[in-house]
Amino acid sequence: MLEVGYSVPRFDARSKVTGEEKYAADCFPEGFAWGGVKRAGIAHAKIVGIETAPARALAGVIAVLTHQDVPGTNRQGLVHKDQPVLAAEKVRHWGDPVALVIAESRETLARALSLIRVDLEPLPGVFDAEQALRPQAPLVHESGNLLLKGEIRAGKGEDALGECEIVVEETFEVPFQEHAFIETENGVAWQEADGTICMHVSSQAPFRDRFEIAHALGIDPLKIRVSSPYLGGGFGGKDGATVQCLLALAALNSGGRPVKMSWDREESFVAGYKRHPVRMYYRLGARPDGTLHGLHCRLYWDTGPYAHLGGEVMELGMEHAGGPYRIPNTEIEGWCVYTNNPISGAMRGFGVCQVSFAFERVMDLLAKKLGMDPLALRIKNGLRRGDKNCCGVTMVHSTGIVPCLEALGRHRLWTERDEWKRSAGPFKRRGTGIAAVLNAMGYGRGLPDSAIARVELTPEGKIRVFCGVVDMGQGNSNAFLQIAGEILCQDSSCVELVHPDTGRTHPSGSSSAGRTTYTYGNALIRACEELKAKLFHRTALFLMLDEPRGLALAPGAVRHLPTNREVPLAMLGKSFPESDRVCISEYVMPVAQDVPDTGKDFSIGFPHVLFSHAAHIACVEVDELTGKVTVEKYLAVTEGGRIINPQGFEQQVHGAVGQGIGYALMERLMMKDGRILNPDFTNYILPTSLDLPDLDSIAVETVEPTGPFGMKGIGEVGINAPLPAIASAIEDAVGAAVNRAPISAACVLHALSGRERANDADGGVQR
Amino acid sequence: MKISFTLNGKSTEVDVAPDRRVVDLLREDLRLTGTKEGCGAGECGACTILVNGESRLSCLMLAAQLEGRCVTTIEGIGEEGRLHPVQEAFIECGAVQCGFCSPGMVISAVDLLGRDPNPGRGEIRRGLSGNLCRCTGYVKIVDAVETAARRMNAASDVKPDAGEKERVVPGAPGQGQRR
Repeated sequence: MLEVGYSVPRFDARSKVTGEEKYAADCFPEGFAWGGVKRAGIAHAKIVGIETAPARALAGVIAVLTHQDVPGTNRQGLVHKDQPVLAAEKVRHWGDPVALVIAESRETLARALSLIRVDLEPLPGVFDAEQALRPQAPLVHESGNLLLKGEIRAGKGEDALGECEIVVEETFEVPFQEHAFIETENGVAWQEADGTICMHVSSQAPFRDRFEIAHALGIDPLKIRVSSPYLGGGFGGKDGATVQCLLALAALNSGGRPVKMSWDREESFVAGYKRHPVRMYYRLGARPDGTLHGLHCRLYWDTGPYAHLGGEVMELGMEHAGGPYRIPNTEIEGWCVYTNNPISGAMRGFGVCQVSFAFERVMDLLAKKLGMDPLALRIKNGLRRGDKNCCGVTMVHSTGIVPCLEALGRHRLWTERDEWKRSAGPFKRRGTGIAAVLNAMGYGRGLPDSAIARVELTPEGKIRVFCGVVDMGQGNSNAFLQIAGEILCQDSSCVELVHPDTGRTHPSGSSSAGRTTYTYGNALIRACEELKAKLFHRTALFLMLDEPRGLALAPGAVRHLPTNREVPLAMLGKSFPESDRVCISEYVMPVAQDVPDTGKDFSIGFPHVLFSHAAHIACVEVDELTGKVTVEKYLAVTEGGRIINPQGFEQQVHGAVGQGIGYALMERLMMKDGRILNPDFTNYILPTSLDLPDLDSIAVETVEPTGPFGMKGIGEVGINAPLPAIASAIEDAVGAAVNRAPISAACVLHALSGRERANDADGGVQR
Repeated sequence: MKISFTLNGKSTEVDVAPDRRVVDLLREDLRLTGTKEGCGAGECGACTILVNGESRLSCLMLAAQLEGRCVTTIEGIGEEGRLHPVQEAFIECGAVQCGFCSPGMVISAVDLLGRDPNPGRGEIRRGLSGNLCRCTGYVKIVDAVETAARRMNAASDVKPDAGEKERVVPGAPGQGQRR
């Protein structure tokens, strides 16, 4: 039986472990051709000319297209339309697409791409957000390098720091992070006889893709159909156009043949989106008893050459810049800046991951200065329901950071931390660190966070859920079947899922923002309740009851409890037309009602009102001889309302922590003048099974009354804590503060040897 | 070039360019898309297959190297209508999220348990270290392999030969390991 609250094994796991599941990458349609892109290969240059004749002349080449062949605006972008499908006047980063080739085979495609000559006049580039704001900086766009300046202010703002007896101040830097999903960006597209462009693509947002393509290529959005099967990972990197506009353009020029495009790993690195690097200047002030009083921060976000979701990522980061704490006076300033680096955009944690490092490090700094226990300081200042957060928004929903911290405080990793530290072997040092974090759910104000669920009783008597929101691996579709099974009392053999398809399912937003299960799940609950009522009414007809009372759903049937008579669902399914077997319902996430008089620069996204919370503890061992840091033990305590599937909940926590440990210790994108020097898994190091410990997860189950069965989204919150917790543990072990990530063995070794490397590009440690 | 080999228990002959990558031969020509490609450079392990019973990376092998060999892809793991205990354990233990690494991960686990029927968690972690997973943090994957090993040992009194055989086939997974 599918029941909510139980670890129902994922129904998609079987087809995935047998290899039967078809991802977009597994789609090789009859008679397909290959599409591929010629990329700039320089970070900033004027395009003087594009020589395509030799490529066109090559046997097996179907088409070579440049910006001149792009109908429509040739502009894509989720909020700001500033990114060309194919670059026209200039290229703004190494991976900018300049020409599109369609060829019979991959080999011919590669040869044709190498035959395209792009005549480029190099321009000086800018590769740092703060430098890009200087008056003499090279301009990435003629309108200037500032995409968005934002300010959030509460209470007396920065002035309150003058009233504080204790002020701590520090600068932090966080790097790019690569999503590194194992299935790279890919899809297939073709044109139907009636002109409709059909696309099967690895995307987090098929409904929005349709409008992106329509705008960029000047096509009627209703003449575009986008479908997305399961994704081989997404993490934000497939939220927004990757191959979509290019594929649609190819389909318009392939003579009716399907075109397949699949970026190889290097292209995925070079052209794909990244987590924003940020430089953060923090000042935090407190009263002598440890009560937080004032916060001022300046945050510089490197968004690369195109907006993508840069402004929105910065907004969310700024909204979380004060952490899960009560700080009455805040002034949070942010600059989201164009550079000639790779394009930054959405990634799990979406701006929050970056600021979490800064606010948790300054909390440690403050605890040290006050001589206060770092856990006690956090509990003392932790947000409780009814408090206002750092933006002045009242926390009216479940607010579980203090219970998380209290649970952490009872755990042996915390209570036995001194013993752990003392028991380090020869040439080893040990330390423990904690971090308290939160993560908002949903789109925030200015853009309704809605979903439309459709559920159908099939003629065979099964329950079919039409899901309009993608499952990129997080297991939301399993949760949906569990919800449908719970309400309609069916087991897994009687429920089935229709994947997102703009032709068959209803718009339900993107798979992102910790909203997926919450928003669609709420819509689905309503649709299932309506279907249940409908089935009862029809059953009453069959059983000639006076009214639809005394009825209950049972596996495969509706039962009349007083008489124990049953009507099989298959009979009901065959007896009524489709219109009478379908229920459709919509849900919109609540938004903040006390919108503070600040954050006016954000057109969408500010503020949020629903948050999940977590407190993590990391126990690390540092090798004195090599500086190598090993995370030996790790615990995540997570508050996300009630849990629909405990196994799925743990999967999300483990995965987020794993990516967070990579972000903290090993994932370094090596850049030189806008070029990625390590666009591969050989030198961009992801955590392997040997690099991660047996992660522990504890759930603090609150109830979120607005959530489906009381749940909130927890897919993102877990990635925010590993970096600050590990940095704190390293400081505990070696006695030096780590303020720059990723934290390399070299920088830890320098910390151990007592040398200062304030300007070390290889990671920063300050004593 | 005509190449004869055994594929998932069936003798197979293909006419293919000798330098065609095995991963392309399997996925595109034979439509055995259970084998995945994640990096094309021997780093991620998504394309792992068994060649003569040992795990190999199909993105680093060329078609001609299959001549006379015995190839098992994920489609050949388990029996008709019955999953391999490793696959069953992956499902039950929650070792699958996006699932794109799962076929390669299952094959590496089958290979490991063939060599060492009773591995500890550390040995499992070592055995799977050539397979990248970006979703799970590996804990539940290790749990699954532990569970599968326990069940396989309980089901069989005859312990397979745990000795390491000499590796002669190119494309060994060691090439995909960094540390």
